[in-house]
Amino acid sequence: MSEVLLQIDGKAVKAAEGMTVLQAARLAGIAIPTLCDHPKLEPYGVCRICTVEVEVRGRKNYVVSCLYPVAPDLVVRTRSEKVDKIRRVIVEELLAHAPNSPELMNLAQEYGADRDRFEKEPSFCILCGLCVRYCAEIKEKNAVGFIERGARREIRFIPEIAAKECWDCQECFALCPTSAAQAAYFLIEALAFPSARKAASDSA
Amino acid sequence: MPRLHSAAELEELRAGILSGRDPEKPCIAVCAGAACHGLDSGTVVSAFEEQVRKLGLGAKVDIRATGCHGFCEKGPNVVISPGEICYFEVKPEDVPDIVAHTVKGEVLDRLLYTRPDTGQKAVHLDEVPFYKQQTRLLIGDNPRIDPTRIEDYLALGGYAALSKALFEMSPDQVLDEVKKANLRGRGGGGFPAGLKWETAKNAPGEDKYVIVNGHEGEPGAFMDRALFTGNPHKVLEGLIIGAYAIGSHRGFIYTRHDSPQLIKHIEIALAQAEEYGLLGEDILGSGFNLWVELHFDVGIFVSGESSALMRSIEGNPPEPRPKYIRTSVSGIWDKPSNLNNVETWANVPQIISRGAEWYTSIGTERSKGTKLISLSGHVANSGVVEVPMGTPLRTIVYDIGGGVPGGKPAKAVHLGGPMGGSIPERLIDTPLDFDELAKLGAPIGAGGLLVMDDETDMVEVARYLLDFLTNEACGKCVPCREGMRQMLKILTNITKGKGKSGDIGRLEDLSDVTGVACLCALGKTAPDPLRSMLRYFRDEYEARIAGGSDAK
Repeated sequence: MSEVLLQIDGKAVKAAEGMTVLQAARLAGIAIPTLCDHPKLEPYGVCRICTVEVEVRGRKNYVVSCLYPVAPDLVVRTRSEKVDKIRRVIVEELLAHAPNSPELMNLAQEYGADRDRFEKEPSFCILCGLCVRYCAEIKEKNAVGFIERGARREIRFIPEIAAKECWDCQECFALCPTSAAQAAYFLIEALAFPSARKAASDSA
Repeated sequence: MPRLHSAAELEELRAGILSGRDPEKPCIAVCAGAACHGLDSGTVVSAFEEQVRKLGLGAKVDIRATGCHGFCEKGPNVVISPGEICYFEVKPEDVPDIVAHTVKGEVLDRLLYTRPDTGQKAVHLDEVPFYKQQTRLLIGDNPRIDPTRIEDYLALGGYAALSKALFEMSPDQVLDEVKKANLRGRGGGGFPAGLKWETAKNAPGEDKYVIVNGHEGEPGAFMDRALFTGNPHKVLEGLIIGAYAIGSHRGFIYTRHDSPQLIKHIEIALAQAEEYGLLGEDILGSGFNLWVELHFDVGIFVSGESSALMRSIEGNPPEPRPKYIRTSVSGIWDKPSNLNNVETWANVPQIISRGAEWYTSIGTERSKGTKLISLSGHVANSGVVEVPMGTPLRTIVYDIGGGVPGGKPAKAVHLGGPMGGSIPERLIDTPLDFDELAKLGAPIGAGGLLVMDDETDMVEVARYLLDFLTNEACGKCVPCREGMRQMLKILTNITKGKGKSGDIGRLEDLSDVTGVACLCALGKTAPDPLRSMLRYFRDEYEARIAGGSDAK
C-alpha cells in the first residue's frame, strides 16, 4: 500500500492509502472523540461527534473522520470553533436522552455543553448502534435490531432470538454508553421469556 | 404487433398509425390525472363512452382518458381536439350537451373558462389565462395521449429521439449533447445531468445501472406523478437514451407503492415497449440491450434520497449510506448507478431530437429549459404548471395562478417543499432560476410552490414541515434525528404560546449543526425552511415568543 502524506492540526502525518482520517489521527497520537466507533466493527458514521474540518483545494468541508479517507495533501483540523460547536450541540442533544452518562458528561465538560439546554426525553439510548452492530457483525446473531424510523427509532431485542442467544452472551452490555441495552434486554426478557431466568436460578 | 427491427420499421409503423387517424375527427380528452380522478372523472369518461355508444357516434367522435392536463383547480378537465377547446368542472350530466355540440363542430359556452375579473370567456387552451403563459414542452402532450396506448405516443413522434440516438449518434455524442444542453437535475439538487452521466460512464466496471427516481414523497409536489402517469413512454425513452450514452444495460424505475394508477401505466408502458422492441434485447435492431425493472418504495420519504433509494432497490432498509463516495461511482450493489428524477429523464428525448442549441435558447444563463411546478396553497388556480426557467415568480403566482383567492394579499411563497424555504412577497419578482432562488434560501427543489396569504402563521409552517420530516427521516444520525426533534419541540411550544427567551438562539444552533453535520442531504437541508423563516420572518417569531399565547 502506498503512503499518503497529509496534515492534521498543522502536523505532517504519514498514513497508508485506504485509511480513514480517524485512523491516521490516532496513529499520530491526535485524539478525536467518538461514540459509535468500535475497533472490531465497521465504521458506522452516525454519531457525527468525530466530525472534523477538512480542506481540499482551498474548500472547507465538515466530514466524519471515521469514514473520510485520507488523501495526499489533505488538510485536517480536528478542533475549530465550528467543529467544537458541532460537538457541543450534539452532546447537548444526546444529554437530553441520557443526562447522566459518564461518557457524555466527559464530552460535555470538554466542549462546554449545557446538560439542560434542551427539553429532556430520557430514553437513555443514544442509538449509537454498538449493540446492534456487535450482535450482527461479531456474534452474527441479530438478536437486537432497530425498529421504527425518524424520531421514533429504537433498539429492540427480538424475543425469539434473544431467548436462545443472549443468555450466555450479553457482551453488548459492556459496549453500551448508557446502559440502555441492558434495560432493553431485561424488558424483553420480562415480557417474553421470564421463565428462563427463574429456571436458571432454581437449578443453580 | 411484431417487434421492430430497425429505424425504418419504426417510421413505417408511425406512418401507419397516422394514416389511420383523421386529424379532423373530434377527440374528447377527459383528464384522469390524480386530482380529476379524485373528482370522479372516471364517471365522466364512462358517460362519454355510453353516450357515444348509445347514439352510434363512434365513427364521428373519439373518447380518450388521459393523464393530467394541469388545471387541477377546475377539474374534471375536458379538452376537445382539434382546436383544444377546454371545458372545466365537467359533470356526467354535461356529457350529452358536450357530445351534441362537438359532433356539430360547435362550442358549449356554459362550460368554458370565464375570467373572474372581466367575465370574458376563453374557448381554446391557449386563451385560458392559466395556460396562456406556460411553455408546455413536457406536460403539453398529456391531453393528446392515452397513457395506456403506445400508439398515441408514437403518433406524436415518440421514440424518434431514441432511434436518432441509436442510429445517428455515438454514445459520446449523446452525452455531449446532454452536457451542452446543460440539463440540470430536476429532483432538487440542480446538478448537471451530463456530468453525472459522464461520471457513471467513466467509472470502472462492466455492470452499470440507470435509475428513474419517481418517488416524489414530499407534501405539495405532484408534478412528477402528473408527467409519469400521463406520459410514461416519454420518461422511458429518456431513460433508454441515457442508458445508451452511459453504457448501461439494466435500469430501475423506483416509485411509490401507493399510486395504483401510476404503477399500472408504468407496467403497461414497460410491457408495450418490450413488445415493440423498444426495450429489452437488441433495441430496434441496434444491438443495444436494456432491461428495466419496476421497484417500489416502502413508504418513507427518505427513500427518495439517492443512496437510500439504492439500498432499497438492493432489498435493504432505505437508509442513506454515510460513505464519501458518489452513487454514480458506487451505487446499487456498489456498481456505478446513475440516478435522475422523472422530469430530468423526460427532458432527454427533446434534447436529442431538437438539439442542445434549441434547448439552451430556453431559460436563463445557468438554468435551461422549462420547469414543472406544482402550484398550490392559497392560490386561485392550483395545478401543474410548466414555464421556461427564468419566469418571474410573479407570473406563476398571479398571471397563471390568479393570485390569492378573494384578492387577498400574499404573504410569502414557499419553494422546494420540506427542505426548501419561504420568501416574502416583496421578492416575488425573482426569476425561477436554480441559483437565484438558492441564494435567497428558497431553492426550487423538485418544484413545489406553495402560496401563503397574509394570515399564514409562519411558525406553524416551519413546525408542520419539521413534523413531517421527523417522521419521514431514517433516524440514523444524531444531528438529523435529535436536531429535528428539539427544533420541533421548541416550535411546538412557541405555537402553543409557551415560547421561552433563548428559543431563537437554540433554534439557530440546532439548525446550524443539523445543516452541516448530517450524513445525507435530507438532514442537511431539513432546517432550511426554518432558516428562511428566521431570515425573513424573524419579527414574527420574536413577537410570538415574547407575547406568549396571545400573539400571532
